[in-house]
Amino acid sequence: MSFDTQRAVRLALVGLAAASLAACASRPKPQPVTPPAQQQPTQPTPYTPPAQPPVSSGILPGSVQDFVVNIGDRVYFDTDEYVIRADAQPVLAGQAQWLNRYPGVRIRIEGNADERGTREYNLALGARRANAVRDFLIAQGVSSARIETISFGKERPIDPGSSEEAWAKNRNGRTAITDGAR
Amino acid sequence: MRLKALLLMVAALLSGAALVTPAAAQIEVDINAGAVKPLPIAVPAFSGSPRGAEIAQVITGNLERSGLFQPLNVTGVADKLADVNVQPRFPDWQATGAQALINGQVTVGADGGLRVDFRLWDVFSQQQLLGLQFSSTPDNWRRVAHKISDAVYERLTGEKGYFDTRVAFVAESGPKLNRVKRLAIMDQDGANPQYLTDGSYIVMTPRFSSTSQELTYMALRPTGSSIYLLNLETSRQETVGKFPGMVFAPRFSPDGSKVAFSVEKNGNSDIYVMDLRSRATTRITTDPAIDTSPSFSPDGSKIVFNSDRGGQAQIYVMNTDGSGVRRISYGGGRYTTPVWSPRGDFIAFTKQTGGEFHIGVMRADGGDERLLTTSYLDEGPTWAPNGRVLMFFREGASGNPRLWTVDITGRILRPAAYGGSASDPAWSPLLD
Repeated sequence: MSFDTQRAVRLALVGLAAASLAACASRPKPQPVTPPAQQQPTQPTPYTPPAQPPVSSGILPGSVQDFVVNIGDRVYFDTDEYVIRADAQPVLAGQAQWLNRYPGVRIRIEGNADERGTREYNLALGARRANAVRDFLIAQGVSSARIETISFGKERPIDPGSSEEAWAKNRNGRTAITDGAR
Repeated sequence: MRLKALLLMVAALLSGAALVTPAAAQIEVDINAGAVKPLPIAVPAFSGSPRGAEIAQVITGNLERSGLFQPLNVTGVADKLADVNVQPRFPDWQATGAQALINGQVTVGADGGLRVDFRLWDVFSQQQLLGLQFSSTPDNWRRVAHKISDAVYERLTGEKGYFDTRVAFVAESGPKLNRVKRLAIMDQDGANPQYLTDGSYIVMTPRFSSTSQELTYMALRPTGSSIYLLNLETSRQETVGKFPGMVFAPRFSPDGSKVAFSVEKNGNSDIYVMDLRSRATTRITTDPAIDTSPSFSPDGSKIVFNSDRGGQAQIYVMNTDGSGVRRISYGGGRYTTPVWSPRGDFIAFTKQTGGEFHIGVMRADGGDERLLTTSYLDEGPTWAPNGRVLMFFREGASGNPRLWTVDITGRILRPAAYGGSASDPAWSPLLD
């Protein structure tokens, strides 16, 4: 890319950013911009630069919401299994990092099972899942003294359906913050 | 309240020519054949008051639900019945198609007590098969009706009845994502349902003591699980104590002196036995697999349980000290919730295979496996005290579990007499 092209692109981006300023709060459906021709001729209002970047989020770092939204509080398991899946490992690594950043936070890991098992077996299976999550976090430096575990067996589904998709959601380990969040 | 004191069975068989021995009886019902054709029986309203008609209705409902009897509508004929001490006019009853007739009467004694006399007749041989008298307080009339049902059932089938019993269960309400589960109890026929917990925490798996009016069940709160012992006569409740992890799957030993249950530690569930008098707890399995759902043999010498030590959930038997572990389930699929029959001959279980659930029975050595039911979710069998009928719960894909009964042949499958949403039934022993 030549210098001139770069400059042209940059200018174009600046123009776009200015045009979208009014609309960015209501993404993804921008309000139609009122055509300036219909306005009464008035004094131009001075341009005020925004105090915050347009992608600001209201989530307080270190809060329960921060953990749930930005890290993820659940990881999922295969049928009748309790090994931590490959797709769960980055989530749990993120949880561990977050917990290490906020050492005052205490957690309860809840093991859940789908409805395709009997009650008592599923309590035992949920306990295995909760413990697998616990072991992972401990291995990533979270103190065991901050962690308690419980199994809800099949008593706490998050999807009421009776499809493979619903069961897959209901086989999970949830890291619930019990104390110490902001 | 001592039930024994309230209900007194005072008289036995009448004497005389009408008396027959069971071997000479003309009619009998073979319960182990699953009653291909139920026996037509007439149960007209008992004469006298109070509750003559209602007592006959309760007996009718019990016999009908067993699947072994077909109670007939005999309103017109019944008017011709005389005093219980007078022989019925048999041709009238033969014309109804009934093979057996229950003729009863209710009187109130000078002390205000309820007295119920009844006779069971073989309509075709014109012989009296049974003549009994029960005395109790008038408000106890339903239990009198259940006792009569049991006596008739036993006389005609040769097996003990199971009608004078109660069922503890978990009453469910609310949507699938926010179920309220309350411990509840009712008479076997669905009458007198009562809640025992308020629904502020999850309860599951109630089980009766076979020696006292006592339940053990599990409570689950976000802070942890507890196993409770609840005395139904005094409402006194206590826990089996604190353990580092989850505690669940409690069940009494046959003599009521111990409770077996699972304790989870670091994700591993093992079976423990607590002596209720000394509170001494012994760990009896040490396998790193899931070991749960213990159930004692009726002689107290063995425990059947569920384990996935072989790779997936199967049923195993061991001695009560944990020695001599032996797998007894070998079919395909997953086996859970084993329950030893009070007669010792069968073990009932839940089996999961091919995307469906079944209630089944196998002999105590694992032989003769028989699947009795099939649905999206059938779970948690409990034995009637005669060891010939099971209650379980059936839940559809949308939730809404219901109680069902099935006999050990699998031929008599029907909804239990409780219409509400319910799970985890536990059948009591026969009441005193």
